[in-house]
Amino acid sequence: MRIRPAQRRSLRPALSGEAVSEASESMKNESEPTNQGRRDFLGAAAGLTAAAVAPGMVLHTVDSEAAAPTGGVSDAHRWGLLVDTSKCADGCTACVDACDQENGLNLQSQPLGDDELKWQNQRATWIRKVKLQDNLTGQVTNLPLMCQHCEHPPCVDVCPTGASFKRADGIVMVDRHTCIGCRYCMMACPYKARSFIHEQVDQKLTRAPRGKGCVESCNLCAHRLDTGDISTACADACSAEGHQALVFGDLKDPTGPLRQALAKKPNRQIRQDLGLNTGVRYAGI
Amino acid sequence: MKRIVYREWLVEPQRYWGLLAMLAGVIAVGGLSALYMEHEGHWVTGMTNSVVWGTPHVFAVFLIIAASGALNVASIGTVFDKVAYKPLARLSGLLAVALLVGGLLVLVLDLGRPDRLLVAMTTYNFSSIFAWNIFLYSGFAAIVIGYLWTMAERKGNHLQKPVGTFAFLWRLALTTGTGSIFGFLVGREAYDTAILAPLFVVMSFAYGLAIYILVLFYAFDADGRPIGQAMLKRLKNLLGLFVAAVLYFTLVYHLTKLYGAKNSDIEAFLLINGGLYTALFWVGWVLIGGLIPLGIVYHPELSKQRDWIATASALVVAGGLAAMYVIIIGSQAYPQEMFPGHTVIQFGAPGDVGGRVAPYSPSFPELLLGLGGVGVALLITAVGIRVLQFLPESLADRDVDPHASARHA
Repeated sequence: MRIRPAQRRSLRPALSGEAVSEASESMKNESEPTNQGRRDFLGAAAGLTAAAVAPGMVLHTVDSEAAAPTGGVSDAHRWGLLVDTSKCADGCTACVDACDQENGLNLQSQPLGDDELKWQNQRATWIRKVKLQDNLTGQVTNLPLMCQHCEHPPCVDVCPTGASFKRADGIVMVDRHTCIGCRYCMMACPYKARSFIHEQVDQKLTRAPRGKGCVESCNLCAHRLDTGDISTACADACSAEGHQALVFGDLKDPTGPLRQALAKKPNRQIRQDLGLNTGVRYAGI
Repeated sequence: MKRIVYREWLVEPQRYWGLLAMLAGVIAVGGLSALYMEHEGHWVTGMTNSVVWGTPHVFAVFLIIAASGALNVASIGTVFDKVAYKPLARLSGLLAVALLVGGLLVLVLDLGRPDRLLVAMTTYNFSSIFAWNIFLYSGFAAIVIGYLWTMAERKGNHLQKPVGTFAFLWRLALTTGTGSIFGFLVGREAYDTAILAPLFVVMSFAYGLAIYILVLFYAFDADGRPIGQAMLKRLKNLLGLFVAAVLYFTLVYHLTKLYGAKNSDIEAFLLINGGLYTALFWVGWVLIGGLIPLGIVYHPELSKQRDWIATASALVVAGGLAAMYVIIIGSQAYPQEMFPGHTVIQFGAPGDVGGRVAPYSPSFPELLLGLGGVGVALLITAVGIRVLQFLPESLADRDVDPHASARHA
């Protein structure tokens, strides 16, 4: 129904404060004497509610300030890693353990009744220790293998919904809101870097949400980068162990530690033949 | 040639309702299996992070390519003007839609998040062949339904040729797209080859026709409609041609792979030492699905008997499922080669398969979900031919081929 201006004017007084207070005054006159006990109760309840809710509000404010982004992701950086396999120690799992802790992968629990070996192949793994032997020389090489953060990621190409995506700063990750769990990205990844969540998730970290039926993989600790902390759990853990086999940094910064390290050590990409221009490079393979 | 008369399926009610009840049972069990897998998560299946697509995909891909193949019979009549195939066209269209629906249901119910189907239908990444396939599949169903309308409705008859031709081209695109789902995967040794697209096209010809023959024979047997000897010969010759084409493309696929030294390991796995996968390739794909049916359809005596042609068709279907198992699961079980010239001694935690063949054994719910999809396809077909006029009254030679009686005389 269309209301003409004249009608609008006539409606206005009914909605104004004056009219409402008049109405409530007339109601009060008609009602019984004020119940003081009820008023006290309502007052006390309001006070208690405020006392209960306020700290939460305050905490929320503090929390959101702490997690404030550093101004959005831009292509000014491209994050990457150099793995110096000559420094990667046999038997050391510091990077794997740190990743598990950082991203809540250690919180996964084996479903009751699942076979142990099958579970090892079903649980999510973002980073693996791989041991290789040269067929000619017999030389053994250790290296961590994770999502290689390709410039031209096959997983992004094949994802039907675009849930698998590449950020402006080169990090390849999964939008868990649009992932339908088709697992085509896992078929496409040349590095077996992706994991499907096969089981019900009971515990997870806020910084690494996880849900049954979606795919996930290493995101170069994006939650750290987004709060201005230029580091990854794996590289930190490797340094803490004294191995320094992992150098994390900005591939676009010619003076940064990563570019400096890359310039010093001859290095290559795994499956370089595919031309994916990976963000993770390896020296010594 | 006489005017073709189409009649609803006149099988006795007990048999019809018994069939429906059986199919409904298969579908219900398949549905419950899907619900169970969805509720528990995929850990209850044989699937892992190594073999990410399991038995449901074997059934789904088989049904989807068979769907486009089932339409061939109609295309031969409409597009290539082979008059004798015209009475077969309606069932061909119905079967194509039914098989597609069955296959897609299995595919969707095997998703990690089937509840997000709406996301898949509204958010597209057009660099994904999967996203293209969503359009190819739904478009196929719509076009074939339109095609059926042009066959059934006199007012639409004049559109039959253009719509049929469009449907034919569309089905070629569809199967090419399905083959490309695998062919475009550069990171896996068994895939990464364009020949998978035409291989899937000829496979669809063979599997679709085999299913068509089985359904046609069963339906005609059930209410006593005749199929002439010339029609049988036509169908079995066509099946022979398609099966031979599958074998030829299979040969070229392996020759292509064998020629490159880098693929010698995956070829040795598929052809020599891959255990179950090698057995399924030689016994299932090549022998049961290829050589034996060829032997039957070109045998001077056996090829004249309807039961033997049906046997050959059933063997082609069985061989097709074996071929899908090898292509989909065998190719995933084989470890991805990332370090040429090296042996992978350890790959993550023990049990986390990397350098060796990944174990996979299909679980019951997976199998039942796949069979549920077959049930859906057959149920749609059964109801369709019962309530609408899809089946010609007779396929006797004198009714469908004006020259048949002259030839036999």
